[in-house]
Amino acid sequence: MESMEIAEKLQNHFSEEVLDICDFHGQVGVVVKRERIVDILRWLRDSPEIKMDHLMDLCGVDNKKRQGKNLLRLEVVYNLYSIPLRHSIRIRAQVPENDAAIDTVTTLWCGAEWPERECFDLVGISFTGHPDMRRILLPDDWVGHPLRKEYPLKGREEWSGLEELKHKVVQLQEFGLSDGILRTKEGQTQTKGNEES
Amino acid sequence: MGEIKESEVQEPALIEIADGVKKIPGVNAVLGPLNMLVNWGRAGSIWPMTFGLACCAIEMMDAGASTNDLDRFGIIFRASPRQADCMIVAGTLTKKMSPVLRRVYDQMPEPRYVLAMGSCACSGGVFNSYAVTQGVDTIVPVDVYVPGCPPRPAALMQGLIKLQEKILQEQYRWSLWR
Amino acid sequence: MTRPITKTVEVPVADGDGERYTLKMGPQHPATHGVLRVDLELDGETIIKCSPQVGYLHRGFDKIAENRTYAQSLILTDRLDYIAAMANNVGYCVAVEKLLDVSVPLRAKYIRTIVCEMSRIASHLLWLATHALDIGAMTVFLYCFREREVMLDLFEELCGARLTFSYPRIGGVRQDVTRNFIDVLQRFVAEFPMHIEEYETLIDTNRIWLKRTVGIGVLSATEALELGLTGACLRGSGVDYDIRKHRPYDAYDLVDFEVPISDDGDIYARYRCRMEELRQSARIIQQCIDQLPPGPIISEDAPDLVMPLQGQRKVEAGSSTYGTGLIRLLEEKGEFPVGDIYVSTEVPKGELGFYFISDGSGRPYRMHMRSPSFIHIGALPALAEGSMIADLIANIGTLDVVLGECDR
Repeated sequence: MESMEIAEKLQNHFSEEVLDICDFHGQVGVVVKRERIVDILRWLRDSPEIKMDHLMDLCGVDNKKRQGKNLLRLEVVYNLYSIPLRHSIRIRAQVPENDAAIDTVTTLWCGAEWPERECFDLVGISFTGHPDMRRILLPDDWVGHPLRKEYPLKGREEWSGLEELKHKVVQLQEFGLSDGILRTKEGQTQTKGNEES
Repeated sequence: MGEIKESEVQEPALIEIADGVKKIPGVNAVLGPLNMLVNWGRAGSIWPMTFGLACCAIEMMDAGASTNDLDRFGIIFRASPRQADCMIVAGTLTKKMSPVLRRVYDQMPEPRYVLAMGSCACSGGVFNSYAVTQGVDTIVPVDVYVPGCPPRPAALMQGLIKLQEKILQEQYRWSLWR
Repeated sequence: MTRPITKTVEVPVADGDGERYTLKMGPQHPATHGVLRVDLELDGETIIKCSPQVGYLHRGFDKIAENRTYAQSLILTDRLDYIAAMANNVGYCVAVEKLLDVSVPLRAKYIRTIVCEMSRIASHLLWLATHALDIGAMTVFLYCFREREVMLDLFEELCGARLTFSYPRIGGVRQDVTRNFIDVLQRFVAEFPMHIEEYETLIDTNRIWLKRTVGIGVLSATEALELGLTGACLRGSGVDYDIRKHRPYDAYDLVDFEVPISDDGDIYARYRCRMEELRQSARIIQQCIDQLPPGPIISEDAPDLVMPLQGQRKVEAGSSTYGTGLIRLLEEKGEFPVGDIYVSTEVPKGELGFYFISDGSGRPYRMHMRSPSFIHIGALPALAEGSMIADLIANIGTLDVVLGECDR
């Protein structure tokens, strides 16, 4: 089935939810509201003529600097593919900034657990009903979500764990328990250890 | 009792097998200043701890595999820091991994050496981002830097030979009181 | 596929006295194939709960890519799955070509197919070497590295690098293949099936190997699909999904090959699938060499960083627009497209997908990678829970993960 056809069927079935349908290079994306996302995806997965059984990709997007109508601040993108019928579609669920949460789809695909955690970690969208909503790639006490547009490439402040570690390293050197030369932040070298004796 | 010929009392010629280390022929013994003997032994049996992190780890494996064969330098990879005296940091060190690196380094017995393999370990490489430590030398002292992204196995070998040279020139690094 | 013995399903028995303890494996552990940490809760030797912890190699690819042009981000993809970097490069280029609507000459398509399959061979050989080493067969490691070295030498002849190639370009490839490259490759492909038999002689009917693999880590087709597995892990469970067949890219629709599938879904089935894939890769390379057409290797409208060919390119080296190919593209085509696209390719590990959002600026507004290893490690608890701790190593090996790709 053509992707556009699926999108139209989806619009007929969930007319309240579908906000927009966009076509780019033959790939169709359906912009939807977040409230009934699980129902939409379940319908796409279980309808016999659509049968989207493979969740290819799940990722979060920050729409802060993006032009487009019907777009809220955040967005979760689901790329679906049907292995038996060989067609695909993209669902883009809009999430507002002040209440960055959406229902989890781990009830449909248990493999979505990790991509959802990644989305929470990097973009800051939390998934209600998720079995284990923690950071995954960054340390647990990291501050900020790197893929938000206001987050600079190098980060604003140093991660507390690394600060602690560097402090410890300096202390070890002062006690003479660490040998060798260590480069400090300023590019100078501190010498301590066994050059004398 | 015949006259002892001069040629018979001549000391057997010592064979110099390394700088300052001489082997007595026919006897299973070496002769030399203790410092040099220790350095010689140490340089000939660097047991590196494999700290494979990213791409460079593959080249490190390659250096140890059939074509390049690090065993002939007396270099045998150990998986435990307790049995190692050199750590090859192969790959990108992220901030999340830094405390682990330091802990493994602290677990190694002295004398210990660190070889930073690859651009990322040396300086952060192409990854100048929020999550990457810009060079392992901000966390542990580094003895030898091997540049390259990733360095070839031959470059790693060169780095290890440089480390051997460095060890051979050390002074008084063999006693508890230094 | 024939199997030497019938499948036996071992029911794990909790042999402890009910006393549970936790074990943290990694992140610095020789059998985890990188910096993977696995927190285990054990009852005796039976794994009650297994939770992998990743992120020890998270470098922020997505963020770095947002700050670079499309051509500049190519070098990042090398460092994703560094065992099969060429396949990643091609995957990235295919995605950007679809986004920017750049055509690729036929010769370049064939060359890319060759290098993709070569990297599949190199990757599967490394997988086999380390997987066998983990399970306890040391010899296979040395045999596999012997052939892998040939692949790396060939790559080196092609582009000068052994591991991080950046050889394909958006719209083609960097340099043409040499006569010697084709000759050596031809010889290699001709004798490679013999080498595969060699590996199979070593482990295929080895009793220890069979004990460690048959009936261990079983996944049904439904489970594998729900977990999102792709590649040999999915095909080992009996699902016919290969992107080379489903959504052909490059020259895969012009060559003839089979997709090996097994219904058993255990470690042995996945091992057999990968071994068959090696044979098919050799077959694809042979066909590509035979069919390799003459012609240009890079498209005229390619936004690349290739040195301009004498007399064929408008931009002279040293002129102000040299090296800023994307600006040139902008001038020629008017503007960059605005839209989003998801393109996936079949890399040795599974499905590598790139999701791009372009806002018309010449840099991706958002780039997301669907990395197979990330999804596969997420499936580790499903494989390992309830099994013995010794089988955990086999299970990590069979998923064929690379942490650089997992953490990005």
